[in-house]
Amino acid sequence: MSQLNEAAAAVARRNIRVAFGPVVANDDVSFAVEPGEIHALLGENGAGKTTLMRALAGLLQPQAGSIEIGGQPVVIDGPLEARRLGIGMVHQHFMLVPTLTVAENIALGLREVRTWFPRLDQLADEIDALGARYGLAVNARALAGELSVASQQRVEIVKALYRGAKILVLDEPTAVLTPQEAAALFPVLRSLAAAGTAIVFISHKLNEVMAVTDRITVLRRGKVAGSLRTAETEPREIARLMVGGEVTLPQLEGMPTPGRPLLEVDRLGLTDARGVRRLEAVSLSVGAGEIVAVAGVDGNGQQELAEAIVGLQRPDTGRVLIDGVEMTNRPVAEGIAAGLAHIPEDRHRTAIFERMSVTDNAVAEEAGRPRFARWGMRRRGETQAFAAQLVADYDVRLGSVEQAIGSLSGGNQQKVVLGRALSRDPRLLVAVQPTRGLDIGATAFLQSQLLQRRAAGAAVLLISTELDEVLALADRIVVLFKGRVTGVVARADFSVEQLGLLMAGRTA
Amino acid sequence: MSESASEAAVGLARRWLLPRSVLSGILCVLAAFAIGALLIAAIGRDPVLAYLSLFEASLGSTNGLAETAIRTVPLAFCGIGIALAFRAGVFNVGAEGQLFIGGVAAAWMGLQLGGQPQWLVLPAMGLAAAVAGAGWSAIAGVLKLRFRADELITTIMLNYIAIYFVGYLLHGPLQDPGSPLARTARLATEARLPMLLEGTRLHAGLLLVVVVAIVAQVFLWRSVAGFRLRAVGHNARAAENTGMNVKAALWTGFLICGALSGLAGFSEVAGVQRRMIENLSPGFGYTAIIVALLGQTNPLGVLAAAVLFAALQIGSTTMESAAGVPSALTTVIQALVVLLLIGQNALPRLFRRRAVAGS
Repeated sequence: MSQLNEAAAAVARRNIRVAFGPVVANDDVSFAVEPGEIHALLGENGAGKTTLMRALAGLLQPQAGSIEIGGQPVVIDGPLEARRLGIGMVHQHFMLVPTLTVAENIALGLREVRTWFPRLDQLADEIDALGARYGLAVNARALAGELSVASQQRVEIVKALYRGAKILVLDEPTAVLTPQEAAALFPVLRSLAAAGTAIVFISHKLNEVMAVTDRITVLRRGKVAGSLRTAETEPREIARLMVGGEVTLPQLEGMPTPGRPLLEVDRLGLTDARGVRRLEAVSLSVGAGEIVAVAGVDGNGQQELAEAIVGLQRPDTGRVLIDGVEMTNRPVAEGIAAGLAHIPEDRHRTAIFERMSVTDNAVAEEAGRPRFARWGMRRRGETQAFAAQLVADYDVRLGSVEQAIGSLSGGNQQKVVLGRALSRDPRLLVAVQPTRGLDIGATAFLQSQLLQRRAAGAAVLLISTELDEVLALADRIVVLFKGRVTGVVARADFSVEQLGLLMAGRTA
Repeated sequence: MSESASEAAVGLARRWLLPRSVLSGILCVLAAFAIGALLIAAIGRDPVLAYLSLFEASLGSTNGLAETAIRTVPLAFCGIGIALAFRAGVFNVGAEGQLFIGGVAAAWMGLQLGGQPQWLVLPAMGLAAAVAGAGWSAIAGVLKLRFRADELITTIMLNYIAIYFVGYLLHGPLQDPGSPLARTARLATEARLPMLLEGTRLHAGLLLVVVVAIVAQVFLWRSVAGFRLRAVGHNARAAENTGMNVKAALWTGFLICGALSGLAGFSEVAGVQRRMIENLSPGFGYTAIIVALLGQTNPLGVLAAAVLFAALQIGSTTMESAAGVPSALTTVIQALVVLLLIGQNALPRLFRRRAVAGS
């Protein structure tokens, strides 16, 4: 990759090494981005993409190697220094204060707008103008908390640009967007690049990388697996570099042979703590050996539906039956005992105990079972053996099963959550966005596990905003819009157009 | 693989010899003493002499050791209770009030059972104290779990109510008929804890608290209930999602803290005062919060921290007379330990930028 003229590179990184204890996240990684170039950083979970970018943002220090900007070696010892050097980060999780306007959010920490009486009106005008120049529609006077996810992301980009970013780093920018929103982001990136900005586009989605980038650097297990010109390669080759072999996403095959209904949801209604009606008369059923998907744009009641089924939220009307047994408003433990497993959407908040060990997380649901406890005391050997087996079965990459789960990468954390759910051999699986933020390898693995559950006669309720995933895996699709079911479509009748209309609220 | 073998060795060393949490606690204490030494020097006294006289008094003689051990008992009882509550995410700072309620309950039971054999009276008193302390703590529990009232506030307020309520009892229904003082009648011999060491005041409460510390340690780290307690303290929502009974864990936190603080009252009444008095505790329940934190909310660590704080308090008067250093300095050192404990979490962030391994 050093054939490139690195003197002209906006940013070059040589021989970077970052290690966390026994885990080496980056090992001898080098790459360079030129002004006006969109450069993809592609890799599996734990391949070291985010680590590399955190070093660039000044959030952590590499143990070896150097970073050059415009040919000059630099030491980035903090976010402020990164900003001074013209590096702008757009994180996966946006960092906006919801109760402030867009302009106020951008003004935070900016000396240029004056400390005591910031010139917010002038700033807002400048922001609107800046947005207009690159096709980034933002309303500088709107409250950040009222913006859609896609507009919040545009605000983050504008914020970076306003702060003088010459090098823009986007960490999985499309992970939170609908396909339409993602498609709208790409021309923006193009126009930014045309204006001379160097863009680092971190992703694991091949089609996006092919569509929008000029060069691709593939990371695998902390090392550079290859560096290619986008125009001179093809998805198959990149996929091979990423995972070190061939990968195809699984696809549901064979006609459904639904058995008796294992999950029945009958006219479920739910009002949240703020008095907002989240679900209204939602009915659906999932039979044994069937995958039913709930499709819809994020935030239309999917999470509430899953949590009402599992027992985390209390529906105020309607019923939930598991294998014919009334389970409405029963404690979660009863659902687990009845063979229900839940893969929640928000892993950090709902699924894992970040500061507890992988072992403790792996047995959290079953710590009291005779297999793992005797006379109320935990059986250490059994517990650790189980965790070690899970780690091996689900290819979790870690140093030791006794390390805190929070120190693993997101994908590896998700594998532990999946392993925990599936190792119980559940009859009913409720999976919410199970592949969000995962790379192809992990996604394929997880999806094949769902299909295996179906083949084994379990009922799977897959709640996902990824239409591709839903189309590939579901026997039936239930579309949710503003807490109501707007349509149910059988596999034979799947069409993207119709689903799109249902997702927008047009009832069939 | 030799690499994994060496990793395992490091892990073992960490686990059994000097875990980082223990090391940081020791460093905080040493730093607090160092700053204390500067303060002593600043008022023109000799820090070495002061500290020598302090520990000479508290650890240098049989009697000093006994006095330190006596003071360790209530600090450790309350500290272990607070530590377990903290582990569950229950910020119960009501140990002081729970101690008073436990003490008065123990005294009442001891007076009721006057003349019964010791093997019956003492357990009954201990049980009464534990139940009363737990019951007092349960008020805060109900307020939290029913009405979402923050236990940090309610337990502190309940401390005052408890102390004044006990004051009322001692001025009224439970007052020693033969005395104008606000105290109960003297407990019979059967209602007193046995003495452990001839010529000192050391009582069997010490054995009880050591047993409690060991049981609590095993409970927290080896039992299923202890695991669930910690899990709820880490992430209550995830605990609920994995089928744990969050309310049960929170109740465990409230009740254990109340019961152990009640036992602190029992051991003071039955082991030291031999009756219930108005000033049963010079703030054991509050000092125990620091003790719990310094012990890293590990029962055995709390026991060790309690010994240290007891020694500080016992030696402080001798330090004042021998080295001319005000005994209040020990209070300063205790406060410094708190500040350093809190501050140490900020230090690594200031000096080292580290992050978890991302993808």
